[in-house]
Amino acid sequence: MINFAYTRATGIADAIKEKVEANGGGQFLAGGTNLVDLLKENVARPARLIDINRLPLAAVEPMSGGGLRLGALVTNADTAYHPEVQRRYPMLSRAILAGASAQLRNMATNGGNLLQRTRCYYFYDVATPCNKRQPGSGCPAIRGQNRVCGVLGTSAQCIATHPSDMCVALAALEAVVRVSGPQGERSIPIAEFHTLPSNTPHIENTLSPDELITSIDLPESPYAAHSVYTKVRDRASYAFALVSVAAGLELDGDTIKSTRLALGGVAHKPWRLPAAEALLTGKPATKESFLPVAEALFAGAQGYEHNAFKIELGKRAVVRALTLAAKGTAAIHDVNGQTADA
Amino acid sequence: MSLLKSILGTAVNTDAAEHLGKPTRRVDGPAKVTGAAKYAAEFNVPNLAYGVIVSSGVARGTITSINAAEIEAIPGVLKVLTHENAPKTAWLDRSHRDQISSKGGSPFRPLYQAELQYSAQPVALVVGETFEIARFAASLVRVEYDEKPHETDLHANQAAAHPPTDNSGGYTPAPKPRGDAESAFEKAAFRVEAEYSQPSEFHNPMESYASTCVYGEDGKLTIYQKTQGVQNCQAYVCSVFGLSKKDVQVISPYVGGGFGSGLRPTYELYLAVMAATALKHSVRVSMTRQQMFSFSHRPEAVQQIKLAANGDGLLDSVTHHAFEETSRKEEFLETVVNWSGLLYTCPNVSLVHQLVNLDVASPESMRAPGAATGIFAFESAIDELAYQAKTDPLEFRRKNYAEKDQNLDKPFSSKELRACYDQASERFGWQGRPLEPRSLRKGSDLIGWGVSTGCWEAMQQKAEVKAVLTADGKLTVSSATSDIGTGTYTVMTMIAAEFSGVAMENVSFELGDSSLVYSPVEGGSWTVASVGSAVKSVCEELRAKLFKLAGKMDGRPLGGAELADVTFVNGEVRVTKDPVKSVTYAEVLEAAGLDKLELDTTEQPQLIKRATHGCYSHSAVFAEVSVDEDLGTIHVTRVVSAIAGGRILNPMAARSQILGAIVWGISMAMAEEGLMDHGLGRCMNHSYAEYHVPVNADIHDIEVIFVPEHDEIVNALGAKGMGEIGIVGVASAVANAVWHATGKRVRSLPITLDKLL
Repeated sequence: MINFAYTRATGIADAIKEKVEANGGGQFLAGGTNLVDLLKENVARPARLIDINRLPLAAVEPMSGGGLRLGALVTNADTAYHPEVQRRYPMLSRAILAGASAQLRNMATNGGNLLQRTRCYYFYDVATPCNKRQPGSGCPAIRGQNRVCGVLGTSAQCIATHPSDMCVALAALEAVVRVSGPQGERSIPIAEFHTLPSNTPHIENTLSPDELITSIDLPESPYAAHSVYTKVRDRASYAFALVSVAAGLELDGDTIKSTRLALGGVAHKPWRLPAAEALLTGKPATKESFLPVAEALFAGAQGYEHNAFKIELGKRAVVRALTLAAKGTAAIHDVNGQTADA
Repeated sequence: MSLLKSILGTAVNTDAAEHLGKPTRRVDGPAKVTGAAKYAAEFNVPNLAYGVIVSSGVARGTITSINAAEIEAIPGVLKVLTHENAPKTAWLDRSHRDQISSKGGSPFRPLYQAELQYSAQPVALVVGETFEIARFAASLVRVEYDEKPHETDLHANQAAAHPPTDNSGGYTPAPKPRGDAESAFEKAAFRVEAEYSQPSEFHNPMESYASTCVYGEDGKLTIYQKTQGVQNCQAYVCSVFGLSKKDVQVISPYVGGGFGSGLRPTYELYLAVMAATALKHSVRVSMTRQQMFSFSHRPEAVQQIKLAANGDGLLDSVTHHAFEETSRKEEFLETVVNWSGLLYTCPNVSLVHQLVNLDVASPESMRAPGAATGIFAFESAIDELAYQAKTDPLEFRRKNYAEKDQNLDKPFSSKELRACYDQASERFGWQGRPLEPRSLRKGSDLIGWGVSTGCWEAMQQKAEVKAVLTADGKLTVSSATSDIGTGTYTVMTMIAAEFSGVAMENVSFELGDSSLVYSPVEGGSWTVASVGSAVKSVCEELRAKLFKLAGKMDGRPLGGAELADVTFVNGEVRVTKDPVKSVTYAEVLEAAGLDKLELDTTEQPQLIKRATHGCYSHSAVFAEVSVDEDLGTIHVTRVVSAIAGGRILNPMAARSQILGAIVWGISMAMAEEGLMDHGLGRCMNHSYAEYHVPVNADIHDIEVIFVPEHDEIVNALGAKGMGEIGIVGVASAVANAVWHATGKRVRSLPITLDKLL
């Protein structure tokens, strides 16, 4: 761990000012559940840590247009257990509770969750090359230990995944990320927030330098009655998704009016394909309807030595998630917010 | 000794025991839960410096430069030790070997040369005034290498396999072939031929390795060390650094788990001593969690097995050929294949154990070394053969039951395995299990039941114990063994109380200090057998001595009773039939004018009795799994394990040992895998987050049954040890259950969901 300066921001404007002053060497510190690990591993080497934990961003509030605003500093645990989140966005609550451990969720914040770094082994080990950590150094994961890596939207530079569960649900819910920066405030649709690795795997999102996430806004959702988060992983808790699926169905009787589907564990960002979702519109909620959607989502997927199974597993998980969603949110019971099968 | 034994009797009368066999809470429990128990990195002294280890990034090659001078210029950095400036240590390999290392190898020497032996080996030690300074400075160390090609892939290098050329304690070379396994296989009715593999696995005790090396004013070293053997560490430090035993004391009162990783001196000890002696300064060196993956591990193994049975379902041919990795410079040896000639009656057996040298750290014993590996493969193959013969796998095992140790052609000292099968299968509800796979379902999940036999050798080593009874009637018993979390403090206190007649609360047991009398390292499940037997002996001698002194007392308080007529209990000698006639131990000492009574006994293994017998513990493990057929996710929903482990001295601690071992067996079956990048020659999942072991939610019902065994051959206590046996056979029981659920035979561990898709 390197030496760094630590300052505590007194307000949003102050935090941004400090970040600008750090001239690229600053990082915001919220829950620290990922950043502190990365400091200890010498992966993150900021010159200055700007603690934003005292900023007034820790509220869950109804929005005037009918949605729900999740403050950037609300903890993952408080978000997951918030009655309005559980009632209106059960998929999000379950996705959060499927992630990490209780201790981590108590510390981790919503803004930080959006910005967590990949769990690719090579990114974490400074003795190895990694294009994301050190651009141009190479990607040993492509020919190495890539069980945790992606199969969709990968590049010759990087096959890492975004590890978040929460963000997969946010993608399915079409959340909007509100940010504040030197140029003022703006909103970024979640689909445009995270990026694919392409030739710049060290860039993971569309935040401008020195912008601060202030909230995640959830629009009204018609999916609460039929939504699910199915996570398939190597052990029952404290493991990142091999494949996860956030699924929401809007039903008219047995007929599907609209669908939301997002995948985790397979790409550098939560993976959505609206064209695949559209295949279900007007169809009955049956396995026969779901299979082509699963195929469409993984069309063009590329597997690697140790993760090619994710393509078949992912298709099966999509069918499972849609099948469960069709049964209804209330039918899926699990104290941890997980579906019984994941 | 032998005379005393014949007077007092060594036969173990279980019914009469006051302490042994009764569930007893840990005597060190309060210290552990209140934080009073201190571990190696918690002993603080003034002016302690901190060493942070820099690990290599490549597996093979030569270090061409290290920016040590630049790092030493950082304020607060006291020293950067590298191969370029490290003080010389002993020249001969012999001086670097310890009690456990193979007899002919070249043990790894940190900072010895520019040439690298494996990835993540230590290449520099940065010593700073504070931990934070040292850690910061270590993060700025730049090591340049001239890389050379490495080999870390066991499968790719199998052709280079060779028989062991070395030996080490605890290793039994494969027995000579008996009968003709090949021709028996060729003409058999039922045959199985398959290859099984298991990745390298890492011990990962919760407490990471640490050494606090206190440099005394007189140059003497007091080392607070995480280890399973304080005297092994002391001897090693003296031998490597040319120090005298009187100048080196190694102390380790509590150990946060070992599992074999601390049998040998670990490299942070070497570095701490080197820094302390070079700087004449107290130094602490701790490993990071990542560095816990940079030394000992259970070796990767590939096993080829051929089994055959005749038309009656009797085993007729066993061929077991195991390939295991070891390092370039040492042969790590564990007994892998011998079990396959031992577990069942079979006339034709061929067993081969070979090694492949790779550019990796030397492996080391990890819980049930060799048996966990070999029996997983063999018991999986037995299951495959039973199905070929269309015989229930439990029935198949019963039918081929071994009544004697065929490897040695000797009877067993005791073997209640049949009772283990009976009791565990009854509790599990095995009866009526359908023979065919994919026969059981619960909802949409597939259910499978599997069984396996387990076995471990009941060993005994030489050990010495000292007992001191003081005038206040308190007894202190000591030996330089360890308590690696297994309950050694407690069981030794129980044994001492049992055989001395001093009340439990007046007995204390001391361990974990190299200045105490001789003990072997704590490992192999031999501690109770070895040290415990010595505790029994010394306490029996103490009783005899007290009786003799009481006989000389004025007023003859025991009224001329013979030794056979008295009872030793609660700190008194009483005439059994007339308890009014009694005298306290304190009174005996006072009358004799003694302020203490001190005795010292060395207990040798019962070699004569043991030489004519095969001495083993056994287990029968039953597992149930449920499998999500679409997603491949597996849950081990039930495990029942019956253990025949000789006399159970503390059923509470014994059960805890077995529970933990079963969890580890599930871990071996389902989770653990050192993910080696052969391109980089480096283990990549070196953290608790990525190297998976089960979480609580993965563990469901576990039941442990102890089947009593009376055994006067294994040792004076009749106890066989609880450390290893619990894990053996668990992975095979789970693998067999997964097959029964799904019809898919997974022969490579761990059984992850992708292997079932």
